[in-house]
Amino acid sequence: MKRSLTPGRVGLYAGLILAAAFLLLPFFWMVSSSLKPDNDVFTIPVRWIPEVFRPSNYIDIWTKSDMGIWLKNTLILSVVVTALQLFTGSFAAYGFSRIRFPGRDALFLAYLGTLAVPWQAYMIPQYKMMAKVMPNGGDSLLSIIVLQAFGAFGVFLMKQFYESIPEELSESARIDGLSEYGIYRRIMLPLSVPAIASLGLLTFVNTWNDFLGPRLYLRTRPNFTIQVGLKVFQADATQGSQFGLLFAGSVISVLPIAIIFMLGQRYFVEGIATSGMKG
Amino acid sequence: MSTTALPEGAPAPASQVPKAPSQRKRRSKLRLRNTLMGWSFIAPNFVGFAVITLVPIIALFYYSCTKWGALGDAQWLGLDNFEKLFTRDPRFKTALWNTLYYTALHMPLTLAASLGLAVLLNRKLRGVAFFRTAAFFPYITSIVAIAIVWNLLLSPDYGPVNQILRFLGVDNPPGWTVSATWAMPAIILVGTWREMGYYMLLFLAGLQTIPPELYEAAKLDGAGAVKRFWHVTMPCLRPTTFFVTVMLTIGSMKVFDLVFVMTAGGPGRSTMVISQLIWQQAFVEGDYGYASAIAVVLFFLCLLFTIIQFMVNRRSNK
Repeated sequence: MKRSLTPGRVGLYAGLILAAAFLLLPFFWMVSSSLKPDNDVFTIPVRWIPEVFRPSNYIDIWTKSDMGIWLKNTLILSVVVTALQLFTGSFAAYGFSRIRFPGRDALFLAYLGTLAVPWQAYMIPQYKMMAKVMPNGGDSLLSIIVLQAFGAFGVFLMKQFYESIPEELSESARIDGLSEYGIYRRIMLPLSVPAIASLGLLTFVNTWNDFLGPRLYLRTRPNFTIQVGLKVFQADATQGSQFGLLFAGSVISVLPIAIIFMLGQRYFVEGIATSGMKG
Repeated sequence: MSTTALPEGAPAPASQVPKAPSQRKRRSKLRLRNTLMGWSFIAPNFVGFAVITLVPIIALFYYSCTKWGALGDAQWLGLDNFEKLFTRDPRFKTALWNTLYYTALHMPLTLAASLGLAVLLNRKLRGVAFFRTAAFFPYITSIVAIAIVWNLLLSPDYGPVNQILRFLGVDNPPGWTVSATWAMPAIILVGTWREMGYYMLLFLAGLQTIPPELYEAAKLDGAGAVKRFWHVTMPCLRPTTFFVTVMLTIGSMKVFDLVFVMTAGGPGRSTMVISQLIWQQAFVEGDYGYASAIAVVLFFLCLLFTIIQFMVNRRSNK
């Protein structure tokens, strides 16, 4: 049966189109402006499609800023942090979900408790401590790695997943003589690939996007991440009205995340559903 | 349903029957083995977690009772910082007020927008999958890029937003982030834009648990779309709505990065929220002790709402 276009359906589509415009026009404007000469970004009336295309913004940005270094730093951070978080998080989650020992539940409660505390509440003691022990007074990529890699969130997410795997599976492996480490490596890890993917993607994106931590710790240009660098570049570019360049930089900073998101959409949604809703 | 799950069941109680000594010995040996084994799994994460998160949180309470400047060590003060905070500091009052202002508008606005979006998208329509992706995209975009784009979109004279407003007949469109009156609404708008896709996902998950028979029955009884929404959808969504409300409230109380990148608390102090004040006090003015006292207030605000969420969840789970 072919459905006819009732007023209700027209309203529905109108609502959807309006919502989509609100959500996506800023991105569209960002991409279109990144292809304009500087003076064409602010015109009256607004031009959504560039009149003169200037893709050279995407070439000039590499010489007019330290984009390359910032991207390299951010990539190193994101990869190392994700690897550490995946390993320590899934390992600890196994301990919390499969091994019974006194004090375990109290310990896990401490993990959960800190999830409710925002970083800005304890950033001061943390910063003062790190500034003392880290190389260069905290101004090094190592600080950010340490800051991000041992989050409670990963432990929580992996534990939630492990608890959906039937206990009998590890029981029978135990009877077959597999050690706890063996059960973790040969049974739990292979079964938890979807959860690992969710946690990996979320951690990577969070580390890539993190601004406040790097802004606080990293003070010298060669150590900047893409977010800190872009923010500094914004000030220069706005002063010199280099808006085309600024938008090209913004697009470059978002692009890797956009690609990862398109490829791993399912895992993002699952990760959020697990951490947000179950329990 | 909650963000934070309680650890599943207490350890199995040891049998009450007295044991033979050898059996008891074996038991305690097993227990020791399990403890060591458990810790060996947890330790790699725990060491980092304790040093980076746990210790600073505990230290915060000590430092909030000290005088601690840029130079030298912290000196014990007692509760002086808190006394100053609550009685003699107009900036704190402003920050608290601004945070409440943000919360009071951002929470209902985002709730309504994400619920509306979820209801729109919870059906088989052409392009729904695309819309869902689109709605979620702002949430994973970096805050710096978002601030750059929105600050320019909202620029008073030439920005596209004000051009559209003028086109629609608004003669004197707001100055947004450069105006003390409109900077906060601008941040609220961008905050809603950024987060609505995330909460939409939670609402979509909730909507999918509503049995279709309920709608069929309501239809048979002659209920129109509006009535079905208020008398079927809303009651069934109550747990999700509550959860989202609390999450949004906590998120608003601690709002920081968005403010930091869009206005850094300005113009003047018009968008100075609690988190921004902590940063300002600590890392701009070098007054770590007093800044820690403000951080303690933020800590308790977040704790309060988490406990409320936790208690209501438990009641509804029973």
